[in-house]
Amino acid sequence: MTTFALALRNLLRNRRRSMTSLLAVMIGGFALLLFGGYIRNIAYGLETGFVTQSGHFQIQKKDFFLYGNGNPGAYGINGYQDVLKAVRTDTRLAPLLSVATPTLQLGGIAGNFAASASRTVVGSGVVVDEQNQMRLWNEYGFPKLPDPLALTGTASDAAVIGTGVARALDLCAELKVSNCQRAAAQVAASAAALPNDLAALSMQETPKTTAQAKTAIELLAPSARGAPNVARLNVVKAEEQGVKELDDIFVALHLVQAQKLIYGSEAPKATAILLLLKRTEDMPIARQYLGDLLAKIPGGDDLALLDFKTLNPFFGQTVRLFNVIFGFISLLIGTIVVFMLGNTMSMAVVERTVEIGTLRAIGLKRDDIRNLFVLEGLLIGILGAVLGVTLALIVSGLVNVSGLSWIPPGRITEVALTVRIWGEPDLIFITAFGLILVAGISAWFPSQRAARMNIVDALRHV
Amino acid sequence: MPKCNCLPSSHVAIRGRRKIRRPLELIAKHPDAPDNQLDLRKVFNAHKPDMENVSPTSPSLSTDPITSRNARDEPVVLNHVNKTYLLDAINVPALTDINVLIRPNRFTVLSGPSGSGKTTLLNVIGCIDRPDSGELIIAGKSVQDMDDDALSDFRARHIGFIFQNFNLLPVLNAYENVEYPLVMAGLPVADRRKRVESLLKSVGLLEKARNRPGQLSGGQRQRVAIARALARSPRLVLADEPTANLDSQTGAMIIRLMRKIQKNYQVSFIFSSHDPMVLAEADDAIFINDGHIVSIKRDDDDMPPAR
Repeated sequence: MTTFALALRNLLRNRRRSMTSLLAVMIGGFALLLFGGYIRNIAYGLETGFVTQSGHFQIQKKDFFLYGNGNPGAYGINGYQDVLKAVRTDTRLAPLLSVATPTLQLGGIAGNFAASASRTVVGSGVVVDEQNQMRLWNEYGFPKLPDPLALTGTASDAAVIGTGVARALDLCAELKVSNCQRAAAQVAASAAALPNDLAALSMQETPKTTAQAKTAIELLAPSARGAPNVARLNVVKAEEQGVKELDDIFVALHLVQAQKLIYGSEAPKATAILLLLKRTEDMPIARQYLGDLLAKIPGGDDLALLDFKTLNPFFGQTVRLFNVIFGFISLLIGTIVVFMLGNTMSMAVVERTVEIGTLRAIGLKRDDIRNLFVLEGLLIGILGAVLGVTLALIVSGLVNVSGLSWIPPGRITEVALTVRIWGEPDLIFITAFGLILVAGISAWFPSQRAARMNIVDALRHV
Repeated sequence: MPKCNCLPSSHVAIRGRRKIRRPLELIAKHPDAPDNQLDLRKVFNAHKPDMENVSPTSPSLSTDPITSRNARDEPVVLNHVNKTYLLDAINVPALTDINVLIRPNRFTVLSGPSGSGKTTLLNVIGCIDRPDSGELIIAGKSVQDMDDDALSDFRARHIGFIFQNFNLLPVLNAYENVEYPLVMAGLPVADRRKRVESLLKSVGLLEKARNRPGQLSGGQRQRVAIARALARSPRLVLADEPTANLDSQTGAMIIRLMRKIQKNYQVSFIFSSHDPMVLAEADDAIFINDGHIVSIKRDDDDMPPAR
C-alpha cells in the first residue's frame, strides 16, 4: 500500500466531490486547449499569409522600409542580380532557402479612361513563377493553398488588380467582380445629374472600345528620375487580396514591365529581394548567414535585412493580443480550479482529521501528511488534464472536419475554422502542466493545514 | 564490569523472557506524599539492564527483525512531568509533577475518573503530546527534546497505538491496515506478507484479511487495530479506553487477546481505562486524579499472576 495507492483510494472515497473537481480541471483544460488551438491556428494562418507574400526575410536598401513608400524607385538595389546570385549560391544558405525572388514596389495612379475613373494604387512587379513557388509554402499544413498568380502565362503587359481597384475603375463587369451594383448605380446617378446636352456630349466623347481594351488600364508612376511615366496594362483578373485595404490598392505586374515603367532604359533595379525559407524555425540561423553574406558582397553595407515580423507589425500585434486574451482566460480558469479543488481538499482535511491524527500517531511525519494530500490534488490535476486533453483532441478533430469557416479580423475572405491541438505538443504540455501545477497549489494550502495539526487535537476531533 | 556472555546477576531468564528480579519501587509524587520522592533517573540507572554486558547472541535474547529485543526491558520513566492546557485563556493543569516508572513487559493500567488526566498521561507517554516540563524516558532515550520528525520516527519504531474508536483507515482492508506501518518502514513485500499474516492469525482474523473496516464488527476492528499496533514489534503499546466502544463480552475477549499477545510478543501494554475488567487484568495500576498520581498498585511478583 503505497502513498500513491492510498491517495487514489482516498479520492474514490467521496466520488461525487472528487468528480466535481475532476470535471472542473477537465473542462478548464479542454477550454484552454480549444482556445489555444484556435488562436494558434490564427497565428499560423497569419504567418503563412505574410510569409507567402513577403517572404521570411527581405533584403532592401537601407531606409526603404521607413522612407521608401513615397518614392520606391529611388530605393532600388543596384546590381540586385548579383545579390540574388550570391544568396542563391551560398552553400550555407542553400539547405535552408526555398525561394529567392526580386520585387519592385511602385506607387502610382491607375486609370480607366473609358470609365473616366482613376485611383491611387501600390503596385508590385514580380517574377511570376517564383511568386507562385512562394505560394506553395505550407509549413503548417493548411488544407487550402492559394491559387497561382493570375499573371501566370500572361504577356509582359498583363496586370492583376485587387477587386477594390476593379470597383474603383469600373471594371466589375469585364472582370466578373461581384458586389459592384452600388458603384454602377452611383455612376448612373451622377450621369443623370448632368444636363442633357452635357450627358450627350459625354456619350459622344466616350471611345468605342474593343473587347481587349475594355480591361485595359493606364498606370501612371514617377520614374526614378522623377518624371511621370505611363504604362498601358491589360488587366487579366481582379483578385481578392484578403485584406480590404490591400484589395483597394493592389496592382501586380510583371517585374520587367514594372522596371521598364520606373527605370526606363536605365539598368533595372529591385526594391527588395524576397527570401522564403523552408522552415520558419531556421530564421535565426538564416539571419546569421545572411548577415555574413551581406557583409561580404560589394555594396552590402547599404542593404538591410528585415524579417516578416518587422515588415508586418500587424502579425506581432495580433499574436500578442490573442496571447493576452489566452493568458486572461487561463487566469480565470486557473482561479476557478484553485477554488474548486482547494474547497475539495479543505473538506477532505476536515473530514479526515481523526485519520490524520491516527497516521501521525503511528509514525507519519508532517511531510508525509502534506505529501499525501498534495498527491491527491495532483492526481485530480493529472487525471483532469489527461481527460481534458483527450476531450479537446476529439472535439478539435470534429471541428476541423466539420467544414466550418469564419472571417478573421482584418480580412474579407472566409477561412476554414481550424483548431490546432494535435501536433502542438508544447500547447498540450503547457496547458496540462499548468493545470497540474494549479491543482498542486490548490492542494498545498489544505495539506499544510493537515500537516500542522496537533495530533491530540486531531484524534479528539468529532 | 567485565564483559561476558552472561546476564548480570540482577537478571534471570524466565520462559525466554528476562525479568527484573528486584522490583522497582515506583514513586509517585503527590501532594499528600511529599516525602516519598526519589530521583527516578537514579532508580532507572540502578535497575536498567546492563545491555553492554549482554551478548546479542545470548540465547535468552531473541532478536526481532525490526526492533532489537535487547532494549525491550527498558522501563518508561516520567520525571517531574507537567502539562497544562490553555482553555479559554485559562491555564488548566492536566498533569502536575508526575514521577513514575512504568515497568517493562507489563500490563499497566492508568485509571481514574473522567478528566483526571489519564489520557493526557497516555498521550505524553505515547509521544503524541509534549510535556510542558519534565523528562520522559522511553527505551532508554530521553524523548522530550526530540524534534517532530524524530518523534515520528520514534513512535513508528517503538510505540503502537490502539484507539477507543479503532481508527482504522477506512479505505484499506484489514490486511492493508496492518501492513501500512510496515510499508512505512520499507520492509520488503515478502517479509510484510509473512508478518501481516502472522499477526492477523494471532488475532484470529486471517480469513477477514480482505474485509474493509466497514465490513467488520467492532470487536473485529479492534483486533485489526491490535495487529496494526504490533506490526513493527513495538516495545510499548498504548491503548486508550480500548473496550469503551465494545460490549462487555467483546471487551472481555479483547482484553484476553491483548493479555495473550502481551505475553507472546513480550511487549509492554499501557491502558487508560476505568473498566474494572481491565483493572482486574492489570499487573500494575496507576491511579490518577486531578492530574496527580494518587496511588500505584503493582504486582510485585516476578511472575505475572496466573490467568
